[in-house]
Amino acid sequence: MENMTNKEYQQYAEKKIPKPTYFKNMLMAFLVGGIICTIGQLIRNWLFNSGLDEKAVAGGTSIILVFIGALLTGLGVYDKIGKIGGAGAAIPITGFSNAIVSPAMEHRTEGLIFGVASKMFIIAGPVLVYGVSSSVIVGILYLLLTKGR
Amino acid sequence: MEFVRAFIVGGLICVVGQIILDHTKLTPAHILVSFLTAGVVLGGIGLYEPLVRFGGAGATVPIIGFGYALAQGAIEGAKANGVIGAFAGGITSTAGGIAAAIIFGYIMSLVFKPKTKN
Repeated sequence: MENMTNKEYQQYAEKKIPKPTYFKNMLMAFLVGGIICTIGQLIRNWLFNSGLDEKAVAGGTSIILVFIGALLTGLGVYDKIGKIGGAGAAIPITGFSNAIVSPAMEHRTEGLIFGVASKMFIIAGPVLVYGVSSSVIVGILYLLLTKGR
Repeated sequence: MEFVRAFIVGGLICVVGQIILDHTKLTPAHILVSFLTAGVVLGGIGLYEPLVRFGGAGATVPIIGFGYALAQGAIEGAKANGVIGAFAGGITSTAGGIAAAIIFGYIMSLVFKPKTKN
């Protein structure tokens, strides 16, 4: 160690710099996202087998997953899943749920209206604004394109 | 087999998000909004439906599937009730998830104290 030249030290230091973890991040996102979707499929099948129609199944699956995401966020578990899974935890609907509960809990001290109720929508708000607006545009474009024929 | 397909499709959608996160300055919030909007557009032009048929929950559980449901609802609404349906359809088809997110979010934030972040 002590007899190292500058150059040798540089090479040594470069070896110690952590390599970009892109591949690991991708793998973890794949695994965590895949597991959450598989749980979603389990819930879907269960609801289907209990005789619900397609719409009720889709709605019910969302409701149950949102509940799971909210509960795990409350318990502090979802943040840990998020650290491991990155986008794999953020993109499923449980991540949407997490994006609502997390700021709501954090701003609890600011009160029930301007703290919890308003901060819930820090991320969910933009999601709904863009989602709902673009869906209305899709519906109207559909009308224009089909009426024109 | 459908579980494997759900796992792979869902996993791959998340990988796309992870690649965007790692190689741009976008935050998870940006990803949520852009994936959702992408889902609305893809659902609107009918490109997402084959993926839903193939991947099941793997395509519907990611937020892009939420966008797909919004677009499907708007189109169904438009078919049934014209302009009014185009306005109402999107939220109608996703109402369960949105209502759940609001009420469970509210309850959880009252019940639990935030954990200290490290």
